[in-house]
Amino acid sequence: MEENHLNHTCEFLLIGGSAGSLEVLFRLLPLLRGDLPFPMALVLHRRNSTDSSLSHLLGSKTLNPTHEVEDKEPATPGTIYLAPADYHLLIEHDRTFSLDYSEKINFSRPSIDVTFESAAEVYGSGLVAILLSGANEDGTSGLTAVKKAGGTAIVQNPDTAQMPFMPHYALTHLPIDHVFDTIQMASFINSLA
Amino acid sequence: MIEEEDIDLLLSDLFDLYGYDFTRYSRASLKRRVVRLCSLDKFPSFAELRYRVRNDPTYLKRFVEEVTVNVTEMFRDPAFYQSLREEVLPVLGTKPFIRIWHAGCSTGEEVYSMAILLKEANLLRRSLLYATDLNPSVLEKVRKGIFPLALMKQYSESYIASGGAQDFSSYYTAQYGQAKFNNELSEKIIISTHNLVSDSSFNEFDLILCRNVLIYFDKDLQDRVLKLFDASLGALGYLALGTKETLKFSAVQNKFKQLNREKIWKKII
Repeated sequence: MEENHLNHTCEFLLIGGSAGSLEVLFRLLPLLRGDLPFPMALVLHRRNSTDSSLSHLLGSKTLNPTHEVEDKEPATPGTIYLAPADYHLLIEHDRTFSLDYSEKINFSRPSIDVTFESAAEVYGSGLVAILLSGANEDGTSGLTAVKKAGGTAIVQNPDTAQMPFMPHYALTHLPIDHVFDTIQMASFINSLA
Repeated sequence: MIEEEDIDLLLSDLFDLYGYDFTRYSRASLKRRVVRLCSLDKFPSFAELRYRVRNDPTYLKRFVEEVTVNVTEMFRDPAFYQSLREEVLPVLGTKPFIRIWHAGCSTGEEVYSMAILLKEANLLRRSLLYATDLNPSVLEKVRKGIFPLALMKQYSESYIASGGAQDFSSYYTAQYGQAKFNNELSEKIIISTHNLVSDSSFNEFDLILCRNVLIYFDKDLQDRVLKLFDASLGALGYLALGTKETLKFSAVQNKFKQLNREKIWKKII
């Protein structure tokens, strides 16, 4: 399975996280190369407020330009996108982002499942999706869709997660390609072309 | 598994048989809604859903209501309402008569929020609020002005955060788990079906609100709708969009000036 991934080029990198995931990102982002050859998007559960400061905070940890997604914005390589609070984030076939204010899924908006499933349809085997720390079931259906479409499914090692439930739940429900701690995650992402 | 081609077939059916044009809706969101409805209504396959839509006009009503998103709330984004209170209403108040259009109003929570703002600014008597949507069934809810009582605590908090100083519960009567908003508010609301995709301008307004509707449209349709709003706004009228929507890069951007950080624009030419 490992060898398969070496042949794949990453066209889109998705990271989903809930409680305890910000700490991971604060450590992960500074370790990433400053010229990511693919777009990267973060889907994080956060408090229901328009705290636009989060994208600044995350952006201060990386050389890659980082901002909240604007409706119908194209997904450009080398940019880190943050799903806005209180909207679902979807990807269109022309590789632009769409926002959606429909019902919460698993009590969450943005829902990690929604973005993972939508990106799996568009990017197929070119998608790499990572699920971080969290205390609910969000992300598992999404990773299942990613695998089904030929993409790569990765979870944070539950032993290193502040809230192990979310990555652990995924591990017990589908075959995960890699279980990584933060350092492993960074070197894997930096090796993707 | 529903394929892109299936969605194309369904969309041509809807247009050919009923005149509903969803072809310029954001496809990712629309497809997710169709998949959701298929499982919600337990269709064994996409073909059955398509057959039902083609042959059952009563089901069509449900279909349209479910594939379009009808999630809304009162005083969502309190800072936006505060800006309406402090910067827009005082200007509108200089007019003898105020016409406001809520385009794509869904079940009407924002229309009632607006009516409350007007009431508190002493402008409700000389205002009319036009509430339009493509779904006749959601408009029925607007007409009744009845919303779940369980949500009133959250709405009351948002109302206060928007600068509201009254007792929020004075605007409705609680009965059987529902909150019925006062007739004084609902009698100023005029409801009508209107499809932003195909219908044209029907009046001239001082303020148009269309929040979290454009996100479901592709760029071309967004442009069409923004031109429609431009044509429906009087001189120096205001246009309000959702927090993640913008006039930037649109066909009408040069005719408008953004007021402040909130997504409110003033027509300048």
